[in-house]
Amino acid sequence: MTVEKLLEHGFEAVTLPDPEREIDGVYIGDLLSWVMGRARSDNAWITIMSNMNVIAVATLADTSCVILAEGVTLPDDIRETAEAKGVNVLTTQLPAYEAAMVLSGLLK
Amino acid sequence: MSEDLVFHFDVDGENFTSAGQASVQVKKNLRQLGLSPEIIRRVSIAMYEGEINMVIHAGGGVADVRVNENYIEIVLEDHGPGIKNVEMAMQEGYSTAPDDVRSLGFGAGMGLPNMKRYTDSMKIDTVVGEGTTITMRVNLV
Repeated sequence: MTVEKLLEHGFEAVTLPDPEREIDGVYIGDLLSWVMGRARSDNAWITIMSNMNVIAVATLADTSCVILAEGVTLPDDIRETAEAKGVNVLTTQLPAYEAAMVLSGLLK
Repeated sequence: MSEDLVFHFDVDGENFTSAGQASVQVKKNLRQLGLSPEIIRRVSIAMYEGEINMVIHAGGGVADVRVNENYIEIVLEDHGPGIKNVEMAMQEGYSTAPDDVRSLGFGAGMGLPNMKRYTDSMKIDTVVGEGTTITMRVNLV
């Protein structure tokens, strides 16, 4: 499934520079080193963190997108950085667990 | 590649938001060299953890990345406080990072373990009160 497909399922785009990126699996976490240690390449990464380091971690861990849960969004300067670095970022009002449930259904 | 390629970076100890710039640049450079995505991922994550450590604990430092046909070597050198107990620092979950760093999502005690996890060898030379040099290698053959 591609990242842009999520827009049809209640997720909103914060910035989507690489909409056709494939999602393979999901990782949930807010501790950045933990995410870098455990998330796999192409995972959708669900978090409530929204600082600049999130963009660096998504770039380095090579996740397919960042999904900000609980209605979290990005300050403008960070959104611009994400776009420039080619990092897909979406937001949802859902908590992390429920967002993962939606993804679980879609990834089957 | 006949000669080693060397990339040098200064890691700014004051600026948390720019931390990671060296790693992202290395990722870009390695991609241009045509290395595999998994190798690039391992090198850039290990380097990012090292960069973050230098910002959190040591007020910055320097990073050198050497690439040849056999391996990629990352050398991170700082003149910070040194690591008092390396064995403890290598344990997942052990951290001496301050609370403001934790609120940014760091300080999980995973930095050094991740550096070890993603590289084939890692050597820590540290002297309390003088600084730390970490040498990591990812083998290409």
